[in-house]
Amino acid sequence: MSHFLERLTYLSRRRESFADGHGELRDEDRMWEEGYRLRWQHDKIVRSTHGVNCTGSCSWKIYVKSGVVTWETQQTDYPRTRPGMPNHEPRGCSRGASYSWYLYSASRIKYPMVRGRLVKAWREARKTLGPVEAWATITADEKKAKAYKAIRGRGGFVRSTWQEATEIIAAANVHTIRKWGPDRVVGFSPIPAMSMVSYASGARYLSLIGGTLLSFYDWYCDLPPSSPQTWGEQTDVPESADWYNSGYIIAWGSNVPQTRTPDAHFFVEARYNGTNVVAVTPDYSEVAKLSDLWLHPKQGTDAALAMAMGHVILKEFFLDRKTPYFEDYCRRLTDLPMLVRLRKDGDRFVPDRYLRQSDLAGEKKSRHKASKSDRAAWKTVATAEESGDLVVPQGSIGYRWPADGEPKGRWNLEEKDGETGTDIRLDLSLIDRRDDVLPVAFPYFGGTPHPHFAGNDQGGDVLIRNVPVRRIRLADGETHVATVFDLLCANYGLDRGLGGDCAKGFDDNVPYTPAWQEQITGVSAAHAIEVARGFANNAEKTKGRSMVIIGAGMNHWYHQDMGYRSIINMLMMCGTIGVSGGGWAHYVGQEKLRPQTGWTMLAFALDWVRPPRHMCGTSFFYAHSDQWRYEKLDVSELLSPLADPAPYRGSMIDLNVRAERMGWLPSAPQLNVNPLTLAAEAGKAGVEVKDHVVAGLKSGKLAMACEDPDNPVNFPRNLFIWRSNLFGSSGKGHEYFLRHFLGTRHGLQGKDLGEEGREKPTEVEWRDPAPEGKLDLVVTLDFRMSTSCLYSDIVLPTATWYEKNDLNTSDMHPFIHPLSAAVDPVWEAKSDWETYKAIAKRFSELAEGHLGVERDVVLTPIQHDTPAELAQPFEVQDWKKGECDLVPGVTAPQIAMVERDYPDTYRRYTALGPLADRLGNGGKGISWNTEAEVKGLGALNLRVNDSGPTEGRPRIDTDIDAAETIMYLAPETNGEVAVKAWAALGKITGRDHVHLAETREDEKIRFRDIQAQPRKIISSPTWSGIESEHVSYTAGYTNVNELIPWRTITGRQQFYQDHRWFRDFGESFAVYRPPIDTRTAAAMLGKKANGEKEIVLNFITPHQKWGIHSTYTDNLIMLTLSRGGPIVWISETDARKAGIVDNDWIELFNLNGAIAARAVVSQRVQEGMCMMYHAQEKIVNVPGSQITGQRGGIHNSVTRTVLKPTHMVGGYAQLSYGFNYYGTVGSNRDEFVVVRKLVKVEWLDRSNPVDPIAEEAAS
Amino acid sequence: MLTNSYVNTLLFAVYPYICLVVLLIGSLIRFDREPYTWKSDSSQMLRKRELKLGSNLFHYGVIVVILGHFAGFLAPHWAVDWALSPVAHQLLAMVVGGIAGLTAIVGLTILIHRRLADPRIRLNSRKWDIAITLMLWLQLALGLLTVPLSAFHMDGELFETLTSYVKGIVTLDGGAAALMLHVPLTYKLHILLGFTIFLVSPFTRMIHIWSGVGSLAYLFRPYQIVRTPKTRADEPVRS
Repeated sequence: MSHFLERLTYLSRRRESFADGHGELRDEDRMWEEGYRLRWQHDKIVRSTHGVNCTGSCSWKIYVKSGVVTWETQQTDYPRTRPGMPNHEPRGCSRGASYSWYLYSASRIKYPMVRGRLVKAWREARKTLGPVEAWATITADEKKAKAYKAIRGRGGFVRSTWQEATEIIAAANVHTIRKWGPDRVVGFSPIPAMSMVSYASGARYLSLIGGTLLSFYDWYCDLPPSSPQTWGEQTDVPESADWYNSGYIIAWGSNVPQTRTPDAHFFVEARYNGTNVVAVTPDYSEVAKLSDLWLHPKQGTDAALAMAMGHVILKEFFLDRKTPYFEDYCRRLTDLPMLVRLRKDGDRFVPDRYLRQSDLAGEKKSRHKASKSDRAAWKTVATAEESGDLVVPQGSIGYRWPADGEPKGRWNLEEKDGETGTDIRLDLSLIDRRDDVLPVAFPYFGGTPHPHFAGNDQGGDVLIRNVPVRRIRLADGETHVATVFDLLCANYGLDRGLGGDCAKGFDDNVPYTPAWQEQITGVSAAHAIEVARGFANNAEKTKGRSMVIIGAGMNHWYHQDMGYRSIINMLMMCGTIGVSGGGWAHYVGQEKLRPQTGWTMLAFALDWVRPPRHMCGTSFFYAHSDQWRYEKLDVSELLSPLADPAPYRGSMIDLNVRAERMGWLPSAPQLNVNPLTLAAEAGKAGVEVKDHVVAGLKSGKLAMACEDPDNPVNFPRNLFIWRSNLFGSSGKGHEYFLRHFLGTRHGLQGKDLGEEGREKPTEVEWRDPAPEGKLDLVVTLDFRMSTSCLYSDIVLPTATWYEKNDLNTSDMHPFIHPLSAAVDPVWEAKSDWETYKAIAKRFSELAEGHLGVERDVVLTPIQHDTPAELAQPFEVQDWKKGECDLVPGVTAPQIAMVERDYPDTYRRYTALGPLADRLGNGGKGISWNTEAEVKGLGALNLRVNDSGPTEGRPRIDTDIDAAETIMYLAPETNGEVAVKAWAALGKITGRDHVHLAETREDEKIRFRDIQAQPRKIISSPTWSGIESEHVSYTAGYTNVNELIPWRTITGRQQFYQDHRWFRDFGESFAVYRPPIDTRTAAAMLGKKANGEKEIVLNFITPHQKWGIHSTYTDNLIMLTLSRGGPIVWISETDARKAGIVDNDWIELFNLNGAIAARAVVSQRVQEGMCMMYHAQEKIVNVPGSQITGQRGGIHNSVTRTVLKPTHMVGGYAQLSYGFNYYGTVGSNRDEFVVVRKLVKVEWLDRSNPVDPIAEEAAS
Repeated sequence: MLTNSYVNTLLFAVYPYICLVVLLIGSLIRFDREPYTWKSDSSQMLRKRELKLGSNLFHYGVIVVILGHFAGFLAPHWAVDWALSPVAHQLLAMVVGGIAGLTAIVGLTILIHRRLADPRIRLNSRKWDIAITLMLWLQLALGLLTVPLSAFHMDGELFETLTSYVKGIVTLDGGAAALMLHVPLTYKLHILLGFTIFLVSPFTRMIHIWSGVGSLAYLFRPYQIVRTPKTRADEPVRS
């Protein structure tokens, strides 16, 4: 009825009064309620999630009404946890709930867009030329090329079509491959776990054509190098539900409620469960308010606090009294009983490398003679407790890869002698069996002066400690050895009753006592003791249920591995690793790619060509955005005072070049020639390709491209960016990217080494002028106009997370669940899978006549989890310097020849290739036959009917086909494969592990299953935890309970790092190192004064509250909840000093560039630091900077990457390279900025003058 | 042109009814079909400053003016004559109307300034929001102009003519328009603009006036109302 007519029934309405006339009962119309019903009515709900890097991985309901996504709410149908545990729901946060805004927002990219000048030149050229020739002429014409490069980031996109855009891309790829080489085509996409198929699409295309994939985890500085160092594992952590099982949690540099919002309820529930919670953060963060105790060390000095806690634990739980649980754990599961050789250095001794079986020839007390096998160099030695004999315990890495003819099945952590098989119990300490007590020297960095960090000067940089040792006779003469435990105690400054310098009590100012750390961190000694005691006490009583949740606050520092290792030491001492409720809970950006081994086959096209080209992102960007030209950190500043500096002369990039040359790190582009030409040359010379390359490298005819990154021959030429904001949130050294990589306007303030007249690198060719605009083509796939899109040449509209089918997993929970298309991609958007398919199709067509079946030479570094990781057991030798012969895969990169069928790229992209059957599948050192799965997939996805090379192969046509392929091949989602995988591992360990998956052998998780409900994955040897109804997922569980060794040199968790570079850089043991001095702020003080007071603050970039994790800050809903633009938090004290009040516009700058933002003045922040939330988009509400005269930058405008030499180490057991596993990392928290009030706020809206010369050139 | 009798009939006999019909039917349709647009569209959330003063001055003033018009034009003679002579009646109307009109126009001026000068409010304004405020301002200005004009006709005759015209319109007297033929232009414009405001009201925020009147029901409402899910069911409502 009409609302109005309804009003006319006034007189006929029934009314009954009640409550003495205060109330009335009416039967009036309630049609108005329909409005509310309609508001929440919808046509369907689809399960999807947010493919974002927050690790949250929350399942969401997406509501669709009239074909439009209207809103989203949290799914609450996760499988239940077991009795006694809280359930997983609710998962999701307000930021995720705001995502649907993007679908129809103004920032949505609706059509393929191409840079105007480029498309103009292209259309002009295409009038007379074919696509490949057109691209060749445009890039060869310097004026034309510069015209469109110099305008990058300054607008000028025009709408194009898919046909034209894919044609330009394909033509550029074909031309680049033919002229420069396939490794000059580069792709960057992060975190596959957030949308596996989408990552795989671009990766598969690039792997098929021989392009280079860049790693992200190290580049983001989310990779904790301490994890590969200690465990030989990239990152493996407990699921968040396991927090509930803990008795004592330290949240160290991890702001759980803010950055782990969907998991934070477990944190709170744990408190209800009686868990003691301590927060360690420099600022009063959200996690601090949830905790029983908040410690706030000076930012960047956490390692000092952790070292002091380790000191307390060792003293009170190992020395003052023995704790049986801790001792037993450390004896069996860590390297503490292993013997380390001592090197004589004048009057003192210096810890050297582990004693190896190969050293033992001639040692009488040994039960066996040195083995002749080269594996003997990779077997570490300990002392048997009872007999005192030197023994070679099982489980070290030499047993993992037995030589031909050697017995298998001894790579396990049973307490047995590896050679004789007899039971042994290892001795932790030699103190009762010592032959001598020797003065051993340890490096000390705590006194290093730093303008902004207080040191604790101990009168020198070497600490001498008395250590109990044994004298043994070896093949190379008599030497002294000590156990790692005894050396560790000495390094911690503990008093063993052996005299000499050491701490008599906690109050002594001796490294590393609680009193010592007080001067550095500002945390009281009493608090350090209290927490250490509480932590260890709980671990003793609960057998290891003490946990450290750790995050970016710790990991983004230059010396992050020192902070991490000093904390991991505590965790290992207390026997918490591998124990439910205990351990190392690092949650920074990794998102566990659970069905990894199924995915690698698809993503890296291992079914067609092996090996793929992978590159360490940090080293790549450092070299090719020319950040190395501005290096301010001397290698000598990092060296241990005990090291010989001679081998480390030169600049930072010199070490990186050597690492690439020695096969430690990957290299890209790889050689200074097109690798497609080498096979033909070798054919002409009549030699094997590999020998041809080796001979070329030795003679100097060939060289590695890394030795001359500024030579146009070695430029990366085409760059694909997808699922990422590489130039924005992830572009450390943003202004360097702008200048050298992209060749556009930049805000760089500093001068390079040449201009400054400083010492130039020795291994790298220095070219002047520095190149600008190395990239010919930048293609970005995104659904929103991000900073990266603005700097690209072609922007392709991609499907949002509600418009495509994909897979998503996390380390925060054990479920796999989907992204599903709630609606089709709007406007002209396509999913990543379809986009790369379209590019592959066009590429295949254009390749005809330019590229056929080509032979490509691929260089790969010495890989972790392969037998090759037993490469360089002792010394570091560079073949180029004549220190050793060039042996591919041993002293240099591995060299492989692969065949690529370019015109067949599209057909290969869409079908599962034959190498799957022929070479099988696997990962992390295990492999299995996968013919049955290929057959199964053929039935499931159907087979290719078209005649041709892919006829009869399983189809991978749609994104769902791709998802099914991943899940069918992976042990985590296919029970049969899991059983096979465990059986394969059992052959290496000699133990039965199949029981872990047997009960789920029949299970196959399919895409439609997870659309119905998230499914718990199946236990697999790819991971060190298990999925079961009895225990929560926790890392190291199978190591502790199944006695599977850690994938390190000793097979155990490592307190000690014995590689030469670790020793020489002073990090064989965890120590405290102050932040490095980047020397960028002081040089700018007063240089461009504007009359306001300038102060210098540490620049910290934590993850934020008002954006979708570290990427999406342009969301209007979130901006409205915050201040609507870039903000920087500063303390009240600093604000007062600089005359800044809340909400003032301020400017932050240093030699790297400048930022304009608003000040948030808060008591939350400690004096001396400022916090700019990560990834505040450069495109929203950013005024001009007075320093650069340009729009005020992004948070990365003031940063520059600085490499750390120890992260380059490779060819050495757990320190061998793996993609996103080990490598240089892009740290950024040691940076300082000058902060001052912005006097004039200019929006530059109408003053974006285009360079008239470039303008003219373009017209 | 306005003295042409054909035009006069069109403007003062036909046009008013068009306006009134649009006002009534238009409001009704909007009430029924677009209930979610039935609101006053307050911009208080965007900016408080100037609103309180401007809005209060305007609303109090304009309510007095409107009530005055109703009372002055529609009250039957017998209800007024015993107390006021036509001259006194006119004087009262001029004084009270003048003061209230001035108050309202000051308030509205503030509101217009606020609406146009504040970029946030400007951006959030529909075209009709600005148009209707300007129309109201003009109407108030015209109304105020009639005050000094009336001072020259203190005999109450013109006043009487206008009253008769308005009553004629309300009582559907087809000849009423003739009365307007020689009325001064200001009055004509004031009346025409007044009807035009009626005409556009259903398309603007002016519909909130209906609710303003409707809200009087709250004065007589019990504290609690229970609405049963059954509409006019045959069975008695359970109590």
